[in-house]
Amino acid sequence: MLKEIWAKLSPIGVVVLAIFLLWYLFAIVLNAPWAHDKAKRAGAELSFPQLVSDTWSQDKPKLPAPHQVAQELWKTVVMKKITSKRSLVFHGWITLSTTLLGFIFGTGLGILLAIGIVHNRAMDMSVMPWVIASQTIPILAIAPMIIVVLNAVGVSGLIPKATISMYLSFFPVVVGMVKGLRSPDAMQMDLLKTYNASRFELLWKLRLPNSMPYLFTSLKIAMAASLIGAIVAELPTGAVAGLGARLLAGSYYGQTIQIWSALISAAALAAVLVSLIGLMQRLTLKRMGMAA
Amino acid sequence: MTLVIIVLLVWLAAWWLNIRLAKLPNRRWIALLVPAIFGLTLLVIWEGVVRGLEVRAVLLPPPTAIAVAFYSKMPILWVDFVQTFVKGALSGYFIGCSAAFLTAVAVDRSPFLQKGLLPVGNFVAALPIIGMAPILVMWFGFDWHSKAAVVVVMVFFPMLVNSVQGLQSSEVMQRDLMRTYAAGYWQSLVKLRLPAAMPFIFNGLKICTTLALIGAIVAEFFGSPIKGMGFRISTEVGRLALDMVWAEITVAALAGSAFYGSVVLLERAVTFWHPSQRG
Repeated sequence: MLKEIWAKLSPIGVVVLAIFLLWYLFAIVLNAPWAHDKAKRAGAELSFPQLVSDTWSQDKPKLPAPHQVAQELWKTVVMKKITSKRSLVFHGWITLSTTLLGFIFGTGLGILLAIGIVHNRAMDMSVMPWVIASQTIPILAIAPMIIVVLNAVGVSGLIPKATISMYLSFFPVVVGMVKGLRSPDAMQMDLLKTYNASRFELLWKLRLPNSMPYLFTSLKIAMAASLIGAIVAELPTGAVAGLGARLLAGSYYGQTIQIWSALISAAALAAVLVSLIGLMQRLTLKRMGMAA
Repeated sequence: MTLVIIVLLVWLAAWWLNIRLAKLPNRRWIALLVPAIFGLTLLVIWEGVVRGLEVRAVLLPPPTAIAVAFYSKMPILWVDFVQTFVKGALSGYFIGCSAAFLTAVAVDRSPFLQKGLLPVGNFVAALPIIGMAPILVMWFGFDWHSKAAVVVVMVFFPMLVNSVQGLQSSEVMQRDLMRTYAAGYWQSLVKLRLPAAMPFIFNGLKICTTLALIGAIVAEFFGSPIKGMGFRISTEVGRLALDMVWAEITVAALAGSAFYGSVVLLERAVTFWHPSQRG
């Protein structure tokens, strides 16, 4: 058992370690010009250890070293009160609520569309090509307009941002659920027909349970897409609140450490959300007797 | 009000027509006609509702106004298109996808790296990479180079994961057969594993087309020269010239669909043997 886990984790560990090494190395290379520049103005010559320590501790480095980002994260996540505007928990919460709202809308819309598509041939033929086409449109480009327009109508706050998350997250759900709802084989469908099952019973007792593995796979993609939507949706609101706003504010003022810490917390948020769905998937499928 | 009623009637008529068409035996022209009617109906509803209810143009311009803006501002749209799509998205797409593909071929030789890179790659592919945009704009400057860099970073991991999976997709039996032919590494790569990987690689390429366009446009929100689709969208929104914004979106939609479509055509030509293409 232990040996199996080790065999699985050690390659991942090596890759992650390599990434960190490369990160430190790039930090030296990218920050070196500024360090040399500073030393020249001070009229000093930098030895190699001095150069390294300087590149890893600059105020506005081109690439902050991992420990600088970790320090900033510690400062803004743990040390600040969570109601403070400088707390990443505060900003993360705003992004999270947008993400979840958009995700719920998107999943609901996706499942409804999928049920319609599976049951109605005309809808399948007319809507499905447009659902696919809708994703070749870079919707994120429309994000600023949706925000501004909805604000002008008087809808503000979470809803406009969640709309963008919804648009990004409904697509994987539609595609996955259409596949899932069609996954029962002809034998099972025939069995229910011999029971004189109505279309609703067919949906509720056979199609929906059968589609669960597909649903969870698409939910994971939808969640990741929803978070991206939420972050981008925060950009045009003028960098007020949220992880996206932290990114934009950081890029205005050249606060690279702030950008990286916002980025890392967004990544952590994505990882937690996706693995939560993974956990739900395992529990549900186990109870339904469908665990792989 | 009459306009709205007419729109409702058109909608019902189109709906009825589509239901009748869907019941006809399967033909190619029906599969094209039904969605076309649906799309046209949407445009008519849009136009009718906007004009009928007198929605202000700063909220939602009617399709005809967008078409006029599209036609009259063609030169500006073309400049933006070249800047964002050709220079930013396309070059980034080619660099990113080929780098990911070469990495996948290199990784494929070592099972240890595969085991380590696949989970990490899957994880990174789910992250909001678009957040790298401000950093890359800072590193590579405001012009298209930074947009291409964002696209490279965005497409790299999805492409890598798909290529690595694809290169593993040939069966043990097939690989054994290659061994009995005394095929070397390169021969088995070119003659067995690359062709077997093609469906996966094209899946990755298709996913990356949308990512590339999104990356190039969103990166422009963080700083750009005074041209480019993302720049134009964000400034025209500020001036409330929504017809121009929608014209720009039309360009993006057309470019995105054409890009996706050409990759699909290429896929059909390359993986003609795959069951999903023969249907």
